Amino acid sequence: MTKPLLELKDVVLKVNRHTPEEITILNHLNLTVNEGDFITLLGSNGAGKSTLFNAIGGDLTIDSGQILLKGKDISHESVEKRTRFLARVFQDPKLGTAPRMNVAENLLLAERRGQRRRLVPRRLNKQLDRYQKITATMHNGLDQRLTTATGNLSGGQRQALSFLMATLKRPEILLLDEHTAALDPQTSQDLMHLTNQRVQEERLTCLMITHHLEDALTYGNRLIVLHHGQVTFDVSGKEKAALTTEKLYSFFADIE
Amino acid sequence: MSLIVSSIGQGLLWAVLGVGLFLTFRILDFADMTVEGTFPLGAATAVMAISQGMNPLLATLLAFAVGALAGLITGLLYTKGHIPILLAGILVMTACYSVNLRIMGRANVSLLGKNTLFKNHFLASLPQYFDSVILGTIVMVIITTIVIYFLQTDLGQGFIATGDNQTMARSLGINTDNMKIMGLMVSNGLIAFGGALVAQNNGFADVNMGIGIIVIALASIIIGEVAFGDLTLNQRLVAVTLGSILYRFVLLIVLKLGFQANDLNLISAIILAICMMLPVFKNLLNFKHLLKRGLDTND
Repeated sequence: MTKPLLELKDVVLKVNRHTPEEITILNHLNLTVNEGDFITLLGSNGAGKSTLFNAIGGDLTIDSGQILLKGKDISHESVEKRTRFLARVFQDPKLGTAPRMNVAENLLLAERRGQRRRLVPRRLNKQLDRYQKITATMHNGLDQRLTTATGNLSGGQRQALSFLMATLKRPEILLLDEHTAALDPQTSQDLMHLTNQRVQEERLTCLMITHHLEDALTYGNRLIVLHHGQVTFDVSGKEKAALTTEKLYSFFADIE
Repeated sequence: MSLIVSSIGQGLLWAVLGVGLFLTFRILDFADMTVEGTFPLGAATAVMAISQGMNPLLATLLAFAVGALAGLITGLLYTKGHIPILLAGILVMTACYSVNLRIMGRANVSLLGKNTLFKNHFLASLPQYFDSVILGTIVMVIITTIVIYFLQTDLGQGFIATGDNQTMARSLGINTDNMKIMGLMVSNGLIAFGGALVAQNNGFADVNMGIGIIVIALASIIIGEVAFGDLTLNQRLVAVTLGSILYRFVLLIVLKLGFQANDLNLISAIILAICMMLPVFKNLLNFKHLLKRGLDTND
């Protein structure tokens, strides 16, 4: 039984409003994300993929339409409020972690995502054993570097940490914005495997932007293509399983 | 000997400024010019309150509150008004000048014959200059402990994260605007508190006593960092106080070399500039070293 978790209804988002350079990025976009969906999101540059994420996250306010979470209108909630149900991983490894704070401190910050920060002791030492076990699941030496400032980690370790931080406190929706794109092929593949494993295990609802057609086909139960700010292609289940890169290429050739 | 004790005492009293500025300059990672206005603001508030018969301790705490209020205004201009932080600070600093004149009614007000934090039986019974050493130590132990405790709370961690990576902080639900406002309030509160202490120690408040304050506060931070190298955050906070004392020693030496008190702002600026350029100099030296080595091996 699938229930709609997140609904975007007739969403319009413009930039440079009221100037001659006004551009409509999301153009009456409709999308329903069901609970447990793992959606891979494709689209050429400028199609509106990142803008869609920023609209869901609240960094950009929509001009018209509605964004509903479990039927509740969240179109005008602040970024801070939306973090109660939403977690994100950015493409740039630098954006996901605090460089001067160590790995354990970053994890603790992430575990309090969406909560009020109170004037109570953080009690980091009590968490260290648990964090050790959690980071060990990444198999990249992160568990040996809990007290290392994240600015001194490799890009791959930082991005793995960012992903871990996003899922440490279970989000209702996880947004991955090309989170493996800045990494070398092997590290990228490792993180992609881990991502898939974690999303399956925790039955997370996840949207993942990617430029890798193969990744888009391999992972997830649903594939969506954005074009000119609209959903132009949306397949799931067996239909998606039957897709091939050739079919996708020819589809892209058609819409251009 | 008494000059050294005096330097230590001054260093301890002025260290409050270093810790206050540390919160914005090192943790939030921007330079807040407001402090040049909040230092004399704190002095003026405390001196006038004491003149009206208020208990010196209460007057000093009142100075903190008034300084925090000025910090609040800078914070609102910066976060809600989208005025760049440097300009927001300069605006409030400039406004403070007029406010300080309003508070004091004239440019300079003396505390002659009035009660101050330094005029209790115990401090008065100590040898000369030891009063500021004792009071400064007590104040710095209390303030440093409170700041260290605060930074280890959930709120403090959110505050550090805001300065470290704003995008991440926001994506974790930390209200970064509020964190910046809070930082500016506490920072300017501490600077005004320092102004109140210094005014009571000097025996007067002057409307021009804020000039160069940011350089003095930065000097204690930077000298502490240069002198003690790699430290944890908590150790760095303690290093600020030691840096403030070292800075007073440097000034003492400079005065002994025959410079006048009027030259101190110039000298402070030069000392700070040199300390801040040390990493560049180090790189230059390393570069030469490498170059030489390269030539040697080729020979």
